[in-house]
Amino acid sequence: MTVEAVTTLAEPGRNVRGTFKLGDLALRILAGLVLLYLFIPIFVIVLFSFNKPAGKFNYTWQGFTLENWANPFKYPALTNALKMSLNVAAVSTSIALVLGTLVAVALVRQRFTGSKAVDTFLVLPLTSPEVVMGASLLTLFLSMGWATGYFTIVLAHVAFQISFIAMTVRARIRGFDWTLEDASLDLGAGPVRTFFKVTLPLIVPGIVAAAMLSFALSLDDFIITYFVSGSTVTYPLYVNAATKAAVPPQINVLATAILVVSLILLAVGTLYRRKRIDA
Amino acid sequence: MAGVATSNRQRSRIAPYLMILPALAYLAVFYAVPFVSLFRTSLSTMGGSIYLPTLTFAWDFGNYGQALSEYRDQILRSFGYAFAATVLCLLLAFPLAYVIAFKAGRYKNLLLGLVILPFFVTFLIRTIAWKTILADNGWVVSVLDTLHLLPPEGRLLSTSWAVIGGLTYNWIIFMILPLYVSLEKIDARLLEASKDLYATNRRMFGKVILPLAVPGVLAGSLLVFIPSVGDFINADYLGSTKTTMIGNVIQKQFLVIKDYPVAAALSFVLMALILAGVLLYTKALGTEDLV
Repeated sequence: MTVEAVTTLAEPGRNVRGTFKLGDLALRILAGLVLLYLFIPIFVIVLFSFNKPAGKFNYTWQGFTLENWANPFKYPALTNALKMSLNVAAVSTSIALVLGTLVAVALVRQRFTGSKAVDTFLVLPLTSPEVVMGASLLTLFLSMGWATGYFTIVLAHVAFQISFIAMTVRARIRGFDWTLEDASLDLGAGPVRTFFKVTLPLIVPGIVAAAMLSFALSLDDFIITYFVSGSTVTYPLYVNAATKAAVPPQINVLATAILVVSLILLAVGTLYRRKRIDA
Repeated sequence: MAGVATSNRQRSRIAPYLMILPALAYLAVFYAVPFVSLFRTSLSTMGGSIYLPTLTFAWDFGNYGQALSEYRDQILRSFGYAFAATVLCLLLAFPLAYVIAFKAGRYKNLLLGLVILPFFVTFLIRTIAWKTILADNGWVVSVLDTLHLLPPEGRLLSTSWAVIGGLTYNWIIFMILPLYVSLEKIDARLLEASKDLYATNRRMFGKVILPLAVPGVLAGSLLVFIPSVGDFINADYLGSTKTTMIGNVIQKQFLVIKDYPVAAALSFVLMALILAGVLLYTKALGTEDLV
């Protein structure tokens, strides 16, 4: 029985029912308004990707044009910054994925002394303000005499992604039927074979989800990157610099394009999951 | 056979440590060591010239005194703004999370997808969009002007409320998701039972739903408060020189003025205050609800 059925069925009648229905409607409207609020800036961003800005800034509406969409890669600096961000995100996510997944599997699968301490230690990077993480990494790189740039950006991103991946994967794989592993071992498969044939297929969906979110996290990171970037320019850094000099509408075009790609991935993911459930 | 079993067991006893070692080593070097280095910097004195500054470790606790007295306003403002943003996030997120968890039916996944979608646009670009929306010559200000809801010459941009609004918008997702998760977990039979025992809706909400949503509320509050209190982007883009936060000071001191010791001391104060809160939270509720 669904919650909704419960609440309507168990209603004792009288005027309580009337006020409840009104309250229910108000609640739904309120939720709808909050959802709308989440999308207000998104509408603005998409709308202004079709703007024909008069000056250097794309802040006031001047007129409709498709020109920005026809030349999304008009500014090589913007395109290069985006490529740099994709590069950083791909490399850092790959490294963090291996390290984070190993921890997650160990935490879920094994009872070992100190696992609680490991757990708390893993949560700390997620709950440290980015400005402090950025600043502390900068002091480390300065004291080591390392030049900041691509390499230090990747190192910093891996540092915040590991915890994120470990916690996400752990949350997704908890409660699986791990006796399948014992069954595989009992049936004579070695530990390595068991890992690749039983464990990995079980945890892959969780890993994929964690990897996608972690990739997005890296792509979006501004604050930590700002501290450790040196002269390397990522996409958010380019956008920040642009607001001080000139904001081309191509920024909105690429942001909208990223949004559409995410939407497609989201839809494909949902359909795929539904298909698997149906099957 | 017995030999195989023991060797297996022995392997599995060290296996978890081998699995956690690479990640822990990484975090030790690039998370823990940087804090040691930050701490050392916060106790150092600056010397040398502006062009070639040198840091000398000197147990100089004066940096902390300077950070606390010189930037008291920013510290108080950061905690005030972050608190206001957290409360606003809670007020806005609760109805939405509640409707998705209890009333959405088969549209549940679609709604969750829609909630996450705006956050696929870079955080900075979303903040710039708010700047456009709240601008003095924007339509929101002109509508409020015609309705006489704004004082003459009143503005939305460059106010404390614009900054708080920006913080609320940028991190509300971290409130919606944990709230949804804790509401979703509530056993429908509990609600049924409370109905059977003649609880009114209000009573059911207050006595059953709200207490069970507490872990989500706490996790969400922590996940909104922390990035808000350390943020400098919203204050930078939507605020003015009168709305600067700790993050603005740390960023400026580190990257523009390059007065590392005071900036490091300020970072350390911020980190210590937050760490105390986080450790209290994990001690009470564990780490499960945080992701």
